[in-house]
Amino acid sequence: MTEVRDHLLSILVRDEPRVLTRITALFGRRGYNIKSLSVGSTEHPGVSRMTIVVSGDRGVVEQAIRQLEKLHDVIKIIDHSLEKYVDRELVLVKVAITPESRVEVRQIAEDFRSRIVDVGRHALTFEVTGDEGKITAFIEQMRPFGILETMRTGRIALTRGSNADIPTHVYHEGETQALQPTLEVQPREERARHVPNLF
Amino acid sequence: MADNGKQHPPHRGDMTGAKALWATLANHGISTVFGYPGGAIMPVYDALTFYPEVRHVLTRHEQGAAHAAEGWAKATGEIGVCMATSGPGATNLVTGLADAMLDSVPLLAITGNVASHLMGTDAFQEADITGITLPITKHNYVVRDVEDLPRIVAEAIRIARSGRPGPVLVDIPKDIQLAAFHGEIPAPHARPEAPAPSPESIERALELLRGAKKPVIMAGGGSLDASAEITSLARAWDIPVITTLMGLGAFPSSDPLWLGMPGMHGSVAANRAISEADVLLGIGLRFDDRVTGRVNGFAPNAAIIHVELDAAEIGKIIRTHVPVRGDARQAAQLLVEGAQPTPRPEWKAQIEEWKSRTVTPETYGAGYAVKAVVDRLRPDDILSSDVGQHQMLAAQLARFEKPRRWINSGGLGTMGFGLPAAIGAGMAEPGVRSVVIAGDGGFQMTAQELATLKMYDVRNVKICIINNSFLGMVRQWQELFHEKRYSEVWLGDSNPDFIKLADAYDVPGYRATTAEELPAAIDAWLSDPKSALLEVVVPHEHGVFPMVPAGAALYEMIETEPVRSPDLSAQMQDAAEEASEA
Ligand SMILES: Cc1ncc(C[n+]2csc(CCOP(=O)(O)OP(=O)(O)O)c2C)c(N)n1
Repeated sequence: MTEVRDHLLSILVRDEPRVLTRITALFGRRGYNIKSLSVGSTEHPGVSRMTIVVSGDRGVVEQAIRQLEKLHDVIKIIDHSLEKYVDRELVLVKVAITPESRVEVRQIAEDFRSRIVDVGRHALTFEVTGDEGKITAFIEQMRPFGILETMRTGRIALTRGSNADIPTHVYHEGETQALQPTLEVQPREERARHVPNLF
Repeated sequence: MADNGKQHPPHRGDMTGAKALWATLANHGISTVFGYPGGAIMPVYDALTFYPEVRHVLTRHEQGAAHAAEGWAKATGEIGVCMATSGPGATNLVTGLADAMLDSVPLLAITGNVASHLMGTDAFQEADITGITLPITKHNYVVRDVEDLPRIVAEAIRIARSGRPGPVLVDIPKDIQLAAFHGEIPAPHARPEAPAPSPESIERALELLRGAKKPVIMAGGGSLDASAEITSLARAWDIPVITTLMGLGAFPSSDPLWLGMPGMHGSVAANRAISEADVLLGIGLRFDDRVTGRVNGFAPNAAIIHVELDAAEIGKIIRTHVPVRGDARQAAQLLVEGAQPTPRPEWKAQIEEWKSRTVTPETYGAGYAVKAVVDRLRPDDILSSDVGQHQMLAAQLARFEKPRRWINSGGLGTMGFGLPAAIGAGMAEPGVRSVVIAGDGGFQMTAQELATLKMYDVRNVKICIINNSFLGMVRQWQELFHEKRYSEVWLGDSNPDFIKLADAYDVPGYRATTAEELPAAIDAWLSDPKSALLEVVVPHEHGVFPMVPAGAALYEMIETEPVRSPDLSAQMQDAAEEASEA
């Protein structure tokens, strides 16, 4: 079994009613687990961009991509595991403070280049952006003081380099280009062990 | 066709959304629409009177309209169109849409909806039909601006027909139907070219086939339009061919290379060949669980080549050694060009032995009756079926020389499919006999469509009901897997007199109750100049075999009917008496 891990997908979609439902319904119906989802508009009118973190083995992710490719609303899918990318997440973290811990909490936040966005008598709210590792580390550092609430936006990603992900001609007439399947041969015994049991 | 009272007004001026809809359909060469009117689609029905070039067929239920459109599409390969009003009309289409989705049938469904400003308010007869049909359509639309209507309809038709075909729904609020339209009516989109398979994948496939000692070809519903190429392919390489339930007709049954159907009720030869093959070339199929049986027991020794247009189907169920993504026709053609037939005498001998194990029903029962009927079919006849034992028997026993002569509900297994689908197919090809085999159970799910036959004076639909007084297929499972607890499957006491029922709709009826009566009844039924119904009363207890039990591998199939304990009807009688005493 290939390992189960998180896969980061960017999905460029036509900005039309129900598109979010279509995408999430597809994941739901086929039993793929969405770990995070963020959606926003792009520099191209009529095109929105979603970043979806889906966990599963390679086969699940490939199947999810191919099913997504078939949706009429989907313009392009980028599987970030296939190239270099930058990703970020924004998190708001509300940490409990006491007169004694106040300074230490602020110091940690400074180390993480985190900003204070709200100051209360018994709590401070921080804004942290970064990749997953940084955010996890921040939360772990703050945990002993007492985390009251957190809200994460979900991860967003872009391919590194100067190429733009969005094809210039997005409202094309034809089908979206479906993936060319890999010509990979697996030994027969392997195969038998890997097939999902449908019953 | 009977005059159904359509008026032909002199001019079409004052384009509205509703007229733009008909103009677009007419521009796309849509000649027939199956539907049922209602409040939220009345402007469309009103505008219909200005478009005599499009025939509207009034079915008696929207499910009938959807299945009739499917029957049309399956027989012709062209798009079928159905139509319904909002709310209950639209939800009645749902079963047909799900059916079309699973069987990749190109279908356009038009629904009316409440006026735009009422949508989302739980207005009278409002249903969120685009939400409801989201998982069972290829795509769907709500028209929000009348100027978009023709463009959306044209695009819907393109999506339904292109790539792997499927159903598309267009929901039109009533105010949009009434609004003034000023734009142009679009011409049809050119049908996009199917992608050509990559040369590397073809090369890999050829390599595997050249080395194969026990190769087998399996052709599915996606291969119907590549039938000629697949036939040359099999003959050029001298490889036996299995056709799935959906692929029956993709390869001529009379060819000695044909092994029958695979899967749960597949032939001994097909299932054994799959289990023993070293190379399996699958073309235009999706490895449905009714075909594969237990997945890790499917073709356990074979390298799999999978030719398929829909990339998502490659590797979905069965890991593929050589995926060939692209058009079945082109792929088969390329594989013919690289043909290198090798003599494989042992494999051929083995296959002949398996083929000799074909079961022919000899005693009078459902199988015997189905065989008597299908043996009388001509190569051009279209055979439809409903769902149940009779369907599997027809699939096992009928012989098809051409594609698109077999119409049934494969993926969804929809009871009630048969009669309306046969009407749709019969209307698409009025010169051709459209025969439908149904069970006494499923027939009653859409029996009201007899009225459609009467209304349009359709003359070529021949209905055969195999009456075993049971929901036969469920009874068979109860017999095999639930220790004969025949829960809620007995219809014998409540079935109508089918002949009288047909008579009520002016459809001539014939009946046979014994093997002796059968030939004359079939003759009379088929030679009746009108559409006619034949009821064949058969013994209650009759199974379909071979059978691969659910969850078993193909090689674990039960080849012939197990010996059964006597007199089922007596048991039913006892059960009824016990129930009334309690
Ligand atoms: C709409 C629908 N409901 C229920 C079923 C489950 N089902 C499958 S076969 C069958 C029995 C069919 O009985 P009948 O039409 O009499 O045909 P037979 O099997 O006796 O030939 C049933 C109930 C179904 N396939 N479709």
